[in-house]
Amino acid sequence: MRYEFMETIKLKKDQSTKSTGIKITGAEAIIHCLLAEGVDLIYGYPGGAIMPVYDELYKFQDKLTHILTRHEQGATHAAQGFARVTGKVGVAMATSGPGATNLVTGLADAQIDSTPIVCITGQVPRHLLGSDAFQETDIIGISTPVTKWNHQITKASEIPEVMAKAFYIAKSGRPGPVLIDITKNAQFEEFEFSYEKCTGVRSYKPVPEPSIKAIEAAAELINSAKKPYIVWGQGVILGKAEEALKAFVEKAGIPAAWTIMGESALPTSHPMNVGMVGMHGNYGPNVLTNECDVLIAIGMRFDDRVTGNLDTYAKQAKIIHFEIDPAEVNKNVAVDIAVLGNAKTTLELILPLINENSHEEWHKEFDKKYKEEFAQVIEKDLHPSKPGLTMGEVIEEINLASEHEAVIVTDVGQHQMAACRYAKFKHSKSNITSGGLGTMGFALPAAIGAKMGAMEREVVAIIGDGGYQMTIQELGVIFQHNIPVKIVVLNNDHLGMVRQWQELFFESRYASTVMTNPDFVKIAEGYHIEAKRVTERKDLKTVVQEMIASKNPYFLEVRVEKEDNVFPMIPSGASVSEIRLK
Amino acid sequence: MKKQWFTISVYSENNVGLLNRISGIFLKRHINVESLNVSKSEIEHVSKFTIVVNTTEDWTRKIVAQIEKQIEVIKAFYHRDDETIYQESALFKIASHLLFDERQIQNIIKESNSQIVTVSRDFFVLAKTGRRHEIDEMHDALEPFGIMQFVRSGRITVTKAEMPITAMLEDFYQDK
Repeated sequence: MRYEFMETIKLKKDQSTKSTGIKITGAEAIIHCLLAEGVDLIYGYPGGAIMPVYDELYKFQDKLTHILTRHEQGATHAAQGFARVTGKVGVAMATSGPGATNLVTGLADAQIDSTPIVCITGQVPRHLLGSDAFQETDIIGISTPVTKWNHQITKASEIPEVMAKAFYIAKSGRPGPVLIDITKNAQFEEFEFSYEKCTGVRSYKPVPEPSIKAIEAAAELINSAKKPYIVWGQGVILGKAEEALKAFVEKAGIPAAWTIMGESALPTSHPMNVGMVGMHGNYGPNVLTNECDVLIAIGMRFDDRVTGNLDTYAKQAKIIHFEIDPAEVNKNVAVDIAVLGNAKTTLELILPLINENSHEEWHKEFDKKYKEEFAQVIEKDLHPSKPGLTMGEVIEEINLASEHEAVIVTDVGQHQMAACRYAKFKHSKSNITSGGLGTMGFALPAAIGAKMGAMEREVVAIIGDGGYQMTIQELGVIFQHNIPVKIVVLNNDHLGMVRQWQELFFESRYASTVMTNPDFVKIAEGYHIEAKRVTERKDLKTVVQEMIASKNPYFLEVRVEKEDNVFPMIPSGASVSEIRLK
Repeated sequence: MKKQWFTISVYSENNVGLLNRISGIFLKRHINVESLNVSKSEIEHVSKFTIVVNTTEDWTRKIVAQIEKQIEVIKAFYHRDDETIYQESALFKIASHLLFDERQIQNIIKESNSQIVTVSRDFFVLAKTGRRHEIDEMHDALEPFGIMQFVRSGRITVTKAEMPITAMLEDFYQDK
């Protein structure tokens, strides 16, 4: 019965409403705007100031499914998970005051990871604005630094234009979160509704015009390079440039590494894919950043977790930056050539200008570094000889059982680094993680959104015992709607990454990182979710296989080694060349 | 890189939340706004922010990029002082009896090229438009006699180079 419900979600069609000449309320208008934008699924939590909209949601439940998360933060992360897996705009709704402030973490996460979501909040009636009314909070002021755009609607007639603009802004150019705050009087007011999709905002240019001169200069530099090296980011996925990137790297024969936000844009097994950059990235991709002669950055923003110390980052190299957001160019790293535009467009433009090459000798250096890393780190992580279970071997079992088909959703911390390092992907949009903000509690609700956005795909949430408890209440959503996500908690009874830093940089003073955890299996069972615990290696494979084979939600707790560290590691503030293997 | 004075000019839609959005960009980077002026511009329904900062050119360029990224900002520019024509205005409120008691004040009024805006029994108001140092000089000259109130505006600036906003807006409507 509950499963049928999930099926119905997929059947809903975009039933946009054209001008009717009939007056409707602002609340009903909001529903029609959502339908017109092709929205059939939203996450949220009702409350006083948004009740008129919820009343309309009740009437429109055959067209628009609302999922009641157990906390508004969960609604934003679920909307993010949906957006990341589908490429569409995720929608979350909340009431005024605390409902609205609970959205802030999700907005900030979506802002820094360029995720298109639209959040709708109720607000006290216009005549009470500024009076410190019950559940009044200045959510426009609060959300300004963490939104791409926000706007308060105080009369119903503004609703269609503002909603259209919200969706346009959220998904165009470099995507991001938009918050629309709607006073209660505007929800009650009646007006003549008509809807027109937004096709442009005069003060906003979402995609800069690519410069042919820059592309030609970039091509010349790439063609003359002896040791060219690509680092790509999420811009490839957001720009739907996966095929263009593949064609580019294959023709040019250039080793290509990814930031965690860009992971899965090229299959893990692709011969040009040399792995992950950054603090816990692969050895070769980090060290060789400081040995390449041309660094080609594509849709990435030189985050400090990627670059380490900027004073010693790729100083020997000429740098080309393919980027959609002009504000990112020369922000952290000064570049020699900026190729502005959508990554798909610019990569397709440069492809015919690129000479075929294979750079075999240069690739061998990556192979050599990989062998070193394999011997010192990877083998011990994936095939440990010690009794305690490692995070890496759990990821590897998930790889094997899911045949690299799964969407992997992670939180932040050691488990995230293990998952990003060792998960293998065949398809794009498969690695969903809180990259820029590093939000604990992201994974469980994001996995709900990811699953509902891609019902045909296996979705596995991999979470640490700390982050899991930040949004554990969303198990209620999984139970209520029988959303068949697989939840793997890698439990080391610690806030593992902070503990690792304390061990390495604070003389093992474990300040508030040791946790006494509850019985996670019982908690899952309390939500009627099938649950198992693995404490020994001999059980791991069978249970992971059983989990992947299950058609229902499934919870798996794996008791991993308590004080394992994630390596390699670039210590904070060190250079990419100073990456440590132990 | 050394700190310098830069004038940032922002052409934008007239939007109630934009000031907050722009000031947040400075706040986040701990850059003090030396002066801020918001007014209408040469284009109907387009506002102009004139923001003066003392920081490095690198920071100024990054801030301008972040400002321009805001949805309702049409275009943002930054200029060094020698690239602009700029002025500030100040008002001085002074006790009326001083006009008669202190002859020097009349000389200050003449030499500073300031105007008397109003005179009443108790006080008179002087208006001075000019460069910051001129206003400062006048302030220093008047201070010994007692200034009842003083206020100075933010800098307003026009650039020597063209700011092609109208063309940009026309392009947008043509693209549509």
